Amino acid sequence: MTSSPPVARGGDATGAAPVTPHNVPREGAPANPTAAALRERFGDSIRRVDVIWGETTVYVARERVLEIVRWLHDDPEQQYDYLSDVTAVEFRDPERPLEVVWHLRSLPRRRFLRLKVELAKGAPLEVQSVWPVYRGADWLERECYDMFGIRFTGHPDLRRILMWEQYREGFPLRKDFPLRGRFSRAEQLRQALAANPEARYSMEELSIADAFEDLPDDMRQRLRAGERTGE
Amino acid sequence: MGLSPRPEPRSVEATGGENWVTTRLDSLVNWARKNSLWPMPFGTACCAIEFMATAASKYDLARFGMERMSFSPRQADVLICAGRVPFKLAPVLRRIWQQMPQPKWCISMGACASSGGMFDNYAVVQGIDTIIPVDVYVPGCPPRPEGLMYGVLLLQEKVKHEHMGDEAIRREMEPDPKSGLYIPPAAIDELSEPFGNSVHQTRSGL
Repeated sequence: MTSSPPVARGGDATGAAPVTPHNVPREGAPANPTAAALRERFGDSIRRVDVIWGETTVYVARERVLEIVRWLHDDPEQQYDYLSDVTAVEFRDPERPLEVVWHLRSLPRRRFLRLKVELAKGAPLEVQSVWPVYRGADWLERECYDMFGIRFTGHPDLRRILMWEQYREGFPLRKDFPLRGRFSRAEQLRQALAANPEARYSMEELSIADAFEDLPDDMRQRLRAGERTGE
Repeated sequence: MGLSPRPEPRSVEATGGENWVTTRLDSLVNWARKNSLWPMPFGTACCAIEFMATAASKYDLARFGMERMSFSPRQADVLICAGRVPFKLAPVLRRIWQQMPQPKWCISMGACASSGGMFDNYAVVQGIDTIIPVDVYVPGCPPRPEGLMYGVLLLQEKVKHEHMGDEAIRREMEPDPKSGLYIPPAAIDELSEPFGNSVHQTRSGL
């Protein structure tokens, strides 16, 4: 490897060998340089930047999430190539908005960035899907939808993923959801047993037909000949 | 605890009397059955780890004729449900139980399988006896291998006292169409107290 990208430690591009950060203060640690770059590029769409325990959180405008994430992914100075997690937070304070959280990691630059969007309660909980940038967001966003009821616009297949698809009781991780669920135990059991275990899988998930052209030649030939493998 | 045995055994006298041949044959068949129970392990949580320890060389479940784990329900005699069962898994567990051929038995291993345990929440079944009939409950969180083996011995004791003349052991049981339960709700609810859970609702929900 002749031209490796500059290595950053804890957010600064010194070129030194990476070390584990230690003695990081709760507040006042240097922010991830990406935060400044974001402010420069997107201006008012960057609402706030917090640094807690050396981790940078950037609050961004709801309308521009996809654009910002795409820039973070594509810009050669940022290279956030890995989406660790998509999740959400609801606070007990009924006035406080929900937060949708994206954990982004840049493997070439050794950076970690937390993006947040605030969704006011009372309005429809909708935010753009980052699936066009990170294919891995598919199931993460489905889980977030399943647990919090946040709709990701542009997601190709927004269904429940942990609870079964006919689940009617609501979104379990919301604060207004009772711990034992809304229905009686008998009703919960009746509904659960009524589900058909095989029907939960769509053919798209099980079928390899879509990927057929991408398979290696020998495998394609074996499949064409009807040879069964793995038994 | 007042829990009645799963199939109400018809008394042998009613089916024409007990004679020397059938009792001898009973004891032979039951001896063979009880010493060759093939378990279908349904492990979903930490109880399954203890179950593996039970089956491994130190505790050696094979001593009781359980040498072969049957990972296919159609070749299994006893379903050992080890761990909590979420509602999403409830139809799967019932399907597996229905795929097992008679005669069949079930051991509910651990607090979660028996009563929901600490998971008294929206996602977890409050005891698998609301889905399938259970013969032996093994308490513990998780039970030690000795506990499970004691449960297996209790089950063997139960198998030893079955009668061939009793048609219930050959007939496939169907859940009660009204409640959807195999075990009467009263029996399920009576068990809640020793397992100490679900103080807000009865486990059967009825």
